[in-house]
Amino acid sequence: MHMKLFKQKLNDKTMWAKLAFPAMFCVTVFMLYPFVYSLILSLYSHKGLYSEWVGLGNYVRMMQDQVFRKALGNNLLFLAVQVPIMLVLGLLYAYILQTDRLKFRGFFRMALFLPCVTSLVAYSIVFRTMFMNDGLINQILLKLNLISQPIQWLTNKTTARIVVILALCWRWTGYNAMYYIAGLQTIPRDMIEAARIDGCNVFQEFFKVVVPQLKQVIIFTSITSTIGTLQLFDEVTTLTKGGPANSTMTVSYYIFKQSFELNNNYGYSAAMSWVIVVLIAVLSLIQLRATKEE
Amino acid sequence: MGKFRKKFNRFLVYAILIVTAFVSIFPCYWMFASAFNSTEQIVGGRLLPSTHLIENIVNLFSTYQIVDGLTNSLKISVTTVAGSLLVTSLAAYGFEKFRTPLSEKFYTLFLLGMMVPFTALIVPLYKMMAAMGLSNTAWAVILPAIGSIFLLFFFRQSFKSIPNEILESARIDGASELRIFIQIVFPSMRASYAAAAIYAFMTSWNNYMWPMIALNSPSKQTITLMVSKIVTSGYYPDYGVQMVGLAIATLPIAAIFLLLQRSFVDGLTGSVKG
Repeated sequence: MHMKLFKQKLNDKTMWAKLAFPAMFCVTVFMLYPFVYSLILSLYSHKGLYSEWVGLGNYVRMMQDQVFRKALGNNLLFLAVQVPIMLVLGLLYAYILQTDRLKFRGFFRMALFLPCVTSLVAYSIVFRTMFMNDGLINQILLKLNLISQPIQWLTNKTTARIVVILALCWRWTGYNAMYYIAGLQTIPRDMIEAARIDGCNVFQEFFKVVVPQLKQVIIFTSITSTIGTLQLFDEVTTLTKGGPANSTMTVSYYIFKQSFELNNNYGYSAAMSWVIVVLIAVLSLIQLRATKEE
Repeated sequence: MGKFRKKFNRFLVYAILIVTAFVSIFPCYWMFASAFNSTEQIVGGRLLPSTHLIENIVNLFSTYQIVDGLTNSLKISVTTVAGSLLVTSLAAYGFEKFRTPLSEKFYTLFLLGMMVPFTALIVPLYKMMAAMGLSNTAWAVILPAIGSIFLLFFFRQSFKSIPNEILESARIDGASELRIFIQIVFPSMRASYAAAAIYAFMTSWNNYMWPMIALNSPSKQTITLMVSKIVTSGYYPDYGVQMVGLAIATLPIAAIFLLLQRSFVDGLTGSVKG
């Protein structure tokens, strides 16, 4: 009897490890190991089948690489412009969708989510086709006499970036709004009622009650969006192929090109990916700090 | 005055919602409508569906191995969903209900993994798959997707709502842990499983960069990879065929999502609450 109890207790202490073993195995083999492996790779230079130790050579090389610098700049630009627009819009829509006695709520919600089900490749192709020189957008603008010449959306540096940002907002706003909607449903009704009785207007209610209550969710979406934007790949490869003149090139796309298209420059690619690793770690920590402050 | 303002606010709410709904739906509508149109009509700016659907479908299926693509995608996505839901929910149950100081440390380590960019893994994974002889097989795409840290986190948050008393009383009744998991945890968390399944299926079905690297032979490619190549592979792009391809690639996930929309939000709510 004593033995049995003892055994049961022991079992309980290691139970989590038994249950988590398959997951830990998968993560170790397919994430942790390749992650460390890429750090080692980044210290080598690869030419064909030969590889040679170069120490920090790849990191030095990338600082002088104009394309890499441009790509990193583009990632940061998309991060600074697109993520805030998207998160604010998502929050607003989520809030508006919670309006009392709203008609067609289900329909509006479904419409908001619809972009999330399209694959990144599919929607990028749709946007590419809509924004080509003789595409739908130019035709509508021409018919409305808003422009006299078709706009070269995807072949002009600035407009190409704008189209990428528009496309990203279209696809991801609803995705983030979904988290806010779920979060809003957990705010106690009384809290909002109380704010209204105290004479709060819509804006005060939004900023003083809703936003603070959703702080955790907002930080979560902001971190995941940061991670996503710093790895931007599908959209720019499909919409613009990184062009014109690398004005929409991203680090992920450049890494892909360096390792699988131009040459098999694995070491250099690995080194560039570690810049993204460090950036994500730093930005995520800063954002996590913001939640802990209270 | 107050009444007018209230009315104006309501008008504003509906105006914003209608504009948003239009912007959200229009590109999807246009994709499906254009699947019915010829290239000339699409380039000519036609917004309504016409009569070229059959022609586009015939052209699509005769030029590309669409059936192979759909089969490959389905095989990969279903296996990934089954594998990742099983593995991550078991681990989440362990981390949530059998907490020890050590397990909490391991869990924190796991969460840090969410920050690891996939970009950093592609080259090593590519070399690993080649070394294991898995390049160009469905497993090369399935295996890295099973240990999803996001799903682990999601399940753990959801499992917080299972009262420990229920688990305790089942244990006193002599139920094994496996039985408790299958007969109590799984049924009471059905909404979370549905949400996780939709998420995992969509992610897998829409996956682009890694399958493109891992699967080089055309017969192994997923539908997403196939449709990405439709226009770029011809001199005279056929937009009608392309739109049919996109519509076919989008339809399965759109259908699943719209059918299970409700439980998706319910499942998500369960995890945010925790």
